Amino acid sequence: MIRDITIGQYYPAKSVIHRLDPRVKIVCTLLFLISLFLQNSILGYVIATLFLGAVICASRVPLKFIVKGLKPVIMLLMITVLFNLFLTREGSELIHIWIFRITDKGLRIAVYMAIRLTYLIMGSSIMTFTTTPNSLTDGIEKLLHPLNKIKVPVHEVAMMMSIALRFIPILLEETDKIMKAQIARGADLESGNIIQKAKAMIPILVPLFVSAFRRANDLAMAMEARCYRGGDGRTKMKPLVYHGRDRAAYVVTVAYMVLIFCVGRYVPFHIWIF
Amino acid sequence: MDMIQSEELIFEYEKRDEEGNVIGMNRAIDGVDIHVSPGEFVAILGHNGSGKSTLAKHMNAILVPTGGTMWVNGRDTKEPAELWNVRQSAGMVFQNPDNQIIGTVVEEDVGFGPENLGVPTDEIWKRVEDSLKAVGMLEYRSNSPNKLSGGQKQRVAIAGVIAMEPQCIVLDEPTAMLDPNGRKEVIRTIQELRKKKQVTVILITHYMEEVIDADKVYVMDSGHVVMHGTPKEIFSQVDLLKKYRLDVPQVTMLAEELRKKGLDLPKGILRTQELVEALCQLS
Amino acid sequence: MSIKLEHINYIYSPGTAYEKQALKDISLEIKQGEFVGIIGHTGSGKSTLIQHFNGLMKATSGALYYDGKNIYETGYNMKELRSQVGLVFQYPEHQLFEVDVISDVCFGPKNQGLSQEECEKRAKEALELVGFPEKYYKQSPFELSGGQKRRAAIAGVLAMRPKVLVLDEPTAGLDPRGRDEILDQIEYLHKNTNMTVILVSHSMEDIARYVDRIIVMNHGEKMFDDVPKAVFAHYRELEKVGLAAPQVTYIMHALKAHGMDVHTDATTVEEAAEEIMRSFHD
Repeated sequence: MIRDITIGQYYPAKSVIHRLDPRVKIVCTLLFLISLFLQNSILGYVIATLFLGAVICASRVPLKFIVKGLKPVIMLLMITVLFNLFLTREGSELIHIWIFRITDKGLRIAVYMAIRLTYLIMGSSIMTFTTTPNSLTDGIEKLLHPLNKIKVPVHEVAMMMSIALRFIPILLEETDKIMKAQIARGADLESGNIIQKAKAMIPILVPLFVSAFRRANDLAMAMEARCYRGGDGRTKMKPLVYHGRDRAAYVVTVAYMVLIFCVGRYVPFHIWIF
Repeated sequence: MDMIQSEELIFEYEKRDEEGNVIGMNRAIDGVDIHVSPGEFVAILGHNGSGKSTLAKHMNAILVPTGGTMWVNGRDTKEPAELWNVRQSAGMVFQNPDNQIIGTVVEEDVGFGPENLGVPTDEIWKRVEDSLKAVGMLEYRSNSPNKLSGGQKQRVAIAGVIAMEPQCIVLDEPTAMLDPNGRKEVIRTIQELRKKKQVTVILITHYMEEVIDADKVYVMDSGHVVMHGTPKEIFSQVDLLKKYRLDVPQVTMLAEELRKKGLDLPKGILRTQELVEALCQLS
Repeated sequence: MSIKLEHINYIYSPGTAYEKQALKDISLEIKQGEFVGIIGHTGSGKSTLIQHFNGLMKATSGALYYDGKNIYETGYNMKELRSQVGLVFQYPEHQLFEVDVISDVCFGPKNQGLSQEECEKRAKEALELVGFPEKYYKQSPFELSGGQKRRAAIAGVLAMRPKVLVLDEPTAGLDPRGRDEILDQIEYLHKNTNMTVILVSHSMEDIARYVDRIIVMNHGEKMFDDVPKAVFAHYRELEKVGLAAPQVTYIMHALKAHGMDVHTDATTVEEAAEEIMRSFHD
């Protein structure tokens, strides 16, 4: 039942992108996302497409998988596109049927918006597909480390995230078990109005919370028994160290940014498709 | 010097009513003296609620005595300055295999302890590899713990403790939630570990079959040590064990039955082989 | 009220990389009033099998008849089936949720649509059946000891007055005395109510003393289905699949190998003692 939900969709493969330092992937993904909004020209989109295509190729994640990741947001995408398409009043009119008016500008904005959003999702899913949730957490911890100075508990938050990642599948399985046990006692989880349904969840939620707290208690004890005392004085089994390939990735991404920026700024020709 | 020593150990906790007011004290451990020498294999037996797990938690300073003293490797567990030394000296494996694995990958979990101790990275990798090898789980090093069986998870937990290089390992009912195969797997791992490394083992359990190889057995009931001796001495008192809500292996039980029926068998038979030989001598 | 399985197959996540056949062509019949043990190691399919008995899992193919009716036919009343075939899961105390024991035990009858009075009547009756002390009826289930919690949870299923009681590892995590108490209580239940009892376990020692029939599961297949003595006679094969006969079986075989004139089919300590004494007297 509930076990079909998968969280942290990592695609195991051996590629140069998989091997990159998580910090590189986080920073470069952010830069790529920014780049999408920095420019507005056809040439810029061509460059972004080439860059994204190259990264996808290098990651060895099948395109099919990445496209699948778009599914949950397709509605959002459609709505954005339709709004831009029909609600843009400026520009010269292309089609006018009844109250619907499509202008050239509206069409342009809609198409660009669609591309931006699609690339945004594809770009970030490349990151999650090639980075285990754990190393992502490591990357975030290391990147945000300077915030420690202003008393942000970066290590603790990162530790909580990785523990959550470990226990999500266990708690999902547990939910499944409790649901089955209550169904066996005649619980009806499906029918009824929303209030009845919410009430029917109590026999599931109470045991689930009890179990989660028990686990938390046990885990805290086990961590203490293994000398855990926060981030101070701790060493790392897998410390994040930049390698040649990481530096190269930064260089490539920065070069791409510069290129996009220059295209947006200095290349004079603004040729629209239409 | 004893590896673990307790003197007149007492542990009390407050009993509260529904509003949270203290209405009295519960004594979970009441004047316990134990001695464990370095390298020994000591078993602590008792039914659920006999205080055996509470005692185990004192060996790792998760709990500190409210009366009397507990020394681990010569260090008084009450001293706050000794806390981390105590925990490093006496590693602890718990009952629930899921609730003590922190890492999302086997090797990262084994590395968790050494990381906390501030061990240099290269050394962590060495220790992780050694410990996983010692429990026979090296080939699973990059697996997710969620995909392992209960017995395998406990072996990972044991490796996680060994990687901290303790002098002593305390196992608090490590087999209570496992199936018979998982139970055998864990006990075999502990036995091999004792052969490979000079490590003191304290096993808390209520499965009698698991303690027949122990050097010494303590039996607990309502916070007291009520019996102690070699497994042979303990198992020869079948009726007393029953009184403390414990069991004996079927072979011991059978020998006892036969003695009652008039056969002249020695007391405290622990293994099938012993019984068969004794019976063959009679006939 | 028999449960009859005909060529039941169950496949997990069919059509994916995780596809796994958990049950392979299982046919068996359990008659009203039987006391059956189902044995197998973790992953042998025994838990999957029992979840078919009350329709929680639906076979990929095959048919299951309860009281002569095929439960997979459209319009079959599954809710009714679930109150007839009570299923007690492993660590059933993890399903407790109410403020006090009696309300928790009432949950099942309430779901059957019974009046408050009738619910309480049945709850009390069920708690009595499992030997749960009356002074704890109004106590929070979370404050009970492990053994009492488990009794309360089993009562929660019994309160639905099932005709068949299926228990998955009812002794897991209990100490020896707790284990004996629960098993004795289940035996008492069986004797006094004519309920069919199906006991799932991985401990042969536990089961040998109580049940009349043992079904051994291995890799999703039914390996043996016979009276305990006959099943344990295959102790070498049981060992190969990671199960073991009770220790006494081994002792008897060892004695025989050493030339003693004993029958090797004893399954309990008492039987073994008698048999050895007999050989001495002869």
